[in-house]
Order: sequence, then C-alpha cells, then structure tokens
Amino acid sequence: MNGLVVENASLSVAGRTLFAPLSFKVPPGAALTVMGPSGAGKSALLAFIGGHLERAFSASGNVWLDARNLLEIAPEKRAVGLLFQDDLLFPHLSVGANIAFGLRTAERDRRIAVEAALRDAGLEGFAPRDPATLSGGQRARVSLLRTLAAQPRALLLDEPFGKLDVALRRDFRRFVFDLAARRALPVVLVTHDPADAEAAGGEIVYLEPGDPP
Amino acid sequence: MPNEGRRRLNPAQALAVALIGGPTLGGLAVTFAAAFHYLPALGATQPSLAPWRRLLAEPGLAGSLRLTLGVGFAATALSLLLALSLLAVARPRALAPLLASPHSALAIGLAFLIAPSGWIARALSPWATGWTAPPDIATVGDDWGVSLTLGLIVKETPFLIAVGIAALRQFPALDQMRIAQALGYGRSVAFALVTAPQLYGRIRWPVYAVLAYSLSSVDMALILAPSHPSPLSLLALRWLTSPDLDDLFPGEAAAILQLMVTVAALVVWRLIEGAAGAALRARALSGARGGGWAVGGLAGLGAAALALGFASLAALAVWAFAWRWPFPAAWPPSFTSSLVVAQIPRLAGPLGATLALGLLVATVALALAVGWLEAEDRLGRRTHVGLVTAPLLLPQIGFLFGVQILFAASRLDGSFAAVAWAHLLFVFPYVWLTLADPWRALDRRYIRAAASLGVSPWATLARVKLPILLGPLALAFAVGFAVSAAQYLATLFAGGGRVSTLTTEALALAGGGDRRLSALLGLSQTAAPLALYAAALALPRAVYARRRGLRDP
Repeated sequence: MNGLVVENASLSVAGRTLFAPLSFKVPPGAALTVMGPSGAGKSALLAFIGGHLERAFSASGNVWLDARNLLEIAPEKRAVGLLFQDDLLFPHLSVGANIAFGLRTAERDRRIAVEAALRDAGLEGFAPRDPATLSGGQRARVSLLRTLAAQPRALLLDEPFGKLDVALRRDFRRFVFDLAARRALPVVLVTHDPADAEAAGGEIVYLEPGDPP
Repeated sequence: MPNEGRRRLNPAQALAVALIGGPTLGGLAVTFAAAFHYLPALGATQPSLAPWRRLLAEPGLAGSLRLTLGVGFAATALSLLLALSLLAVARPRALAPLLASPHSALAIGLAFLIAPSGWIARALSPWATGWTAPPDIATVGDDWGVSLTLGLIVKETPFLIAVGIAALRQFPALDQMRIAQALGYGRSVAFALVTAPQLYGRIRWPVYAVLAYSLSSVDMALILAPSHPSPLSLLALRWLTSPDLDDLFPGEAAAILQLMVTVAALVVWRLIEGAAGAALRARALSGARGGGWAVGGLAGLGAAALALGFASLAALAVWAFAWRWPFPAAWPPSFTSSLVVAQIPRLAGPLGATLALGLLVATVALALAVGWLEAEDRLGRRTHVGLVTAPLLLPQIGFLFGVQILFAASRLDGSFAAVAWAHLLFVFPYVWLTLADPWRALDRRYIRAAASLGVSPWATLARVKLPILLGPLALAFAVGFAVSAAQYLATLFAGGGRVSTLTTEALALAGGGDRRLSALLGLSQTAAPLALYAAALALPRAVYARRRGLRDP
C-alpha cells in the first residue's frame, strides 16, 4: 500500500523495552499523532523511522514507505523529512542556501525554486538573509521549506510547535498541515499538546510503557 | 543491525593510534631495554644492572629527586589554585600571547626580569636597593628551584585558565552561582564549593598533563633550573647527549626513573585529589559561609602571575631592540633595529624550519583529529579522553631517545620527516583535545536534518559540520602549530642536531652572553605562533561576518 506503514515496532535501550510492539498505517495526506509520557520513546520512534537511531538502542519490526522497506535504506536515501522543536537552520548558510541545501532540482533552476518557495510562504526577498536575524516564526517556516525542498515522501514532526507562542503556533500548524496535505504526504506528529493532535485531525496513538523501568 | 559497531576502532582511528602509539610504545620499550644495558645496535647484548648502579652512585641523585618532586608538585598545585581562584572572580581575556609563547621563550623572558641585572633589579635600583652594580645573588637557577617553579606557574596558570573557561561553558555554572548566592554564600565561597569541584572534574586530564610536564620539563629547566643538583630530567639529558656512548645507558636508566617518578606522582596527586574533594564536601555540609578572602588573595596572586608572564614577553621585546643599556637604568637610553636586521639571515633558516614543521604537523594532526571524531560520530561511541591524553602524561625524556634509536635503525633520523613525526606525538593530543569538545557539542540533530534532506555522511561532513566548526578547527590548527613550534627535545633527538628551529636555537644560545640575540629568538619564537592564533581568531569572523550565529566560536 502507499503511505507509511509501521509493523510491530519495538525499541529497547539498556535492556529496557520502551513501548509495547506498535503497528500503524498512515495513508498519504493523513496525519497520525503519537502521544505519551516523557521517556516513552516518542522521539526514538521517529528516529527509528528516519534511520537516526542512536547505537545504544536496539530495534525490531518493519517500516514501509510507499512499499519500500525503509530499514534496508540509508537514512539519506529514505526520503523522510524531519522537523524538530528547534528550526536547526544551518547557521553558516543564508536563508536561500539553507533551502537550496535540500533541493534536488537541476543547477539552473535552483534560484528560481528557492524564490518560488519563499514567495509561497510569504517570505519574498528573504533568500540572502542571515537565519540568525529572522524571527522564530519565520525561521520555523524556512525550516519547513527546506524539508519540503528535498521532496520527502513522508514527514516526521518532533514537537515542532513546542517553542512557538500560542498565536504563532496556530498559524504555523495550519501552514504545516496545509502543505503536507497538498503534497499528499503521510505525517507522523509527536506532541504533548492535545490541541496539536486535534489540528492534525487523524488517528492518535498513545505510547504505553513496555516494561516497568 | 550494523556489525561494524563491534569493531573497536575504524581505519581513521587505527591510523592515528599507529602513528602516535607505535613510536611511543616502541620508544618506551627501547628505553627500558637500554636502561638494562640491552641495545644490540650499539653492541650491548648482555643485559645487566650496571646502568642502574651508575645512576644510583650519582652523588646528587637524592637532591635531584627532591628538587624534581618539589618543583613538580609546587608548580602544579599553585598553578591550579591560582587559575581556579582567578576564575572565581574574573574571566581573563587576551591570554593568547601567553598560550602561544613556548615554555623556553617565557623562561628566557622571565630570566631577563628576575636576574640580578634584570629589569626588576633595575627598576628598584639604586633608589630602593642601593645597588649600582648587579648584586651577586643567584635569582635564576637558585638551588631551591624557586625560579623554575615560578617559570612553570607563569606558563601553566594561563593554560589552566584557558582550559577552565572552555569547561565552564559545559555546565550551567552561572545559574548555579546565582542559586548559591541566593542561599547566602559569597561569590568566592560559592565558586569554591559549587563551581570548582565540577570544573576540576572537567579539567582533570589537562591538570595531569601539567603535573607530568612540571616534573620532567627540559626546555624550561635548561634556563631556570639549578645545576648541582639538577632536576632528574637534566641529569638524564646530560648523559643522553654525552659524546661518550657508554653514558647512554645510565641516561636511559635515569629516563626510566623519571617515568617511575611521574607515575608515582600522578598516583599521589589522585590521592590528594580525593582528600581535597572530601574536605570541600565536608565544608559544604557544614554550611559555613565565610573564608572568601582566601580565594580573593589567591586570585590576586593569579593576576600577578599573568602580569609576570606579560612582563617577560615585554622584556624580550625591549632587550631585542635596546641599544646599550647600562645598569641600573630602568629603561634603555636608546633603541636600534639595525642589530636585529643584521641577524635576519641567521634567523631565516630556523624560522623557515619552524614554519614548515608547524604548518605540516598541524595539518596532519588536524586531519587525524577530524577523522577520529567523525569516526566517533559514525560508530556512535566516544573515546575516553584519557586514551588520547596519555602521551602527554609521559615525560618526554622518558621515551624520546628510544624513539630516536628507532628512527636511526630505520635510517629516518636527522630527516625532516623524523622531526615532523616526533612533533606529531605531542601535537595530535593537543589538537584533538582542543577540537573534541566543540565537535561533540555540535547539535546531533543538524546531522539528522542533513540526512533527512538526502545528503550523504561525507557531504554532511564537508558541507555542514566543517563549515559550522570553522572557528574551533582554526583554533585547533593554531594550537597544533604552537605546540610544534615549542618542541625542543623532540627536535633535538629526532633531528640528530641537523634540524634547527627557533626553539633549538634559542636554547642553544640561552647560556651564552648575547642577550640581544637570545631576546630576539625568544621574541620570534612567540611571534610566529601568536600570528597564527590571531589569524585563527580572525578567520571565522571574516568568513562569517554576516552570520550572527557563528561570529564568536
């Protein structure tokens, strides 16, 4: 099937199982929310899907994206986009170069593609700016533009709204989910905030601790 | 999943271990064998205790040991106390000249200050002392080793301050300090009870390196140490550089003794560490809030040590350009640059060798350190800092002559390559130590972000990590250059006297009468590394002038 499929995922660290074996399906354009107490392994689950799991963890289960077995593919070839609580814009690159960093387009179209992406996000003319001079909301949007520039086939959101204030949070949430829906991306969102889950509008999975710690 | 995780080292780390560990362990083995009169290359095939008998029969040996231990512990403990106390009240800046300056250059400058005919005596004469001629007292190379201890303090205090400032960024020291102050502890007491123990835990290995160096210094000792008895390191050096080949064996026995003394001293230091930690904890539990004056007093002495260091460098500059300077004038009546200009052809060779060696060795060391740390990232495991610091804890005199014998056996001795390799043994650990903290502090999520954008690990290294770490990389390179430029024993032994740098020239001439030439050499010894430090600090600011997030590394 198309979309993101997780089968019997189970993670453990130092002999402790983080959560009961977990299975879910996220169809293209849908958003699944993962909730649970701190330390339940929410971020580790995203790292498992994206291929960034620290060596201390051991994992079992399967992850499929558009019928490709992700666990057999290097992280940089999985086409899984990531968004964190911090924007993590590369501090040595301009706003435009950060977006271009993600682009897969041919050389001569890059500048045009960057300009177009910024214009769509209401950030026209921001390409030469230093990311450190942008507001928090602007940086968050640039970070999403960079992620989408790499043409991901799924999107993993690790509490990306956590550091924004209430008003910005609502705007940015809509911005993210609109763009993801328009591109028909399966989205997995990790959050503590029920309002985020409501905005995502999809299934909600609660991580329950596997072994007692 | 990945079975490479089970391997202990990857190729980059294995190369570094082979390049550093190979000669170090080989040199130790040869030294050990030679100390028992086994060195087939020189026809010594019958192991015996004769070298040890000659060493133990040396008249001044007990005095040498006393001097070595006294200077080593006093210099290390005082440097540490002064550095910590100064950090309790201030964050000294502009230490680069003292960090860049080789031990030997600072020692030459300090001798110009404290000698009977030195700057301090001149400044106080005749109005305070009544001297119209230099007094006949031994202020340089005194029997107690006070001037040697002072020299070590002047060099190591700024080093520990710099290491401490970097370590203070690794934990929330400022917030903890505010909390302690809110609980009624004065700034100095709060620092001693709350900050200092955590800080010490993070600078422990550099402190061990300072102790090992202070116990076995050769370059500083050649200028500031007494000669009868001399520190153990100079006793070993005298035998190892003697024209009589039979002296080599007791020299290697002295080298092994130096090694044992260093190991024993490190063990004792660990015990003192434990006792001091227990005393601080008891003090913290007692709730006593007084005693801040002691920290304040020591901080004052720390500031004085820094001032003495800068004054030593100033003395080099003044003496290098002074036209006649009769005692007791406090300032030379006139200056000239013609005598300096006349020396330029003579300095060109050593300067060229210093630059070539420093740039080459720092480049190789930086490449090895980057390879090592990148391998850590990919393997997901970190090397213990002790493994990389270990070569710095070995006294140089304890194994470098063994390395030289190995080089000679492979017909490398006296070559530029051999000297460069010998420098690398000491440059790599310092470069690695300078780079490791900022490298490991880089947010892992940058790497994940790059991977999720479809960028390979190699491209991530080239396009994300190295550019973001440009400042720390430049600084590590400058540190590597400075360490190379300061090497005396490694250059002397591996070069077989045929490779001459500013530092070997400075020490060869230090005992001679030409103060101006000595000053000029000391000055150029400092100037070359300092120029690189300045460039290393300026580079990220220039490249990232328009990137606020990266302007201050």
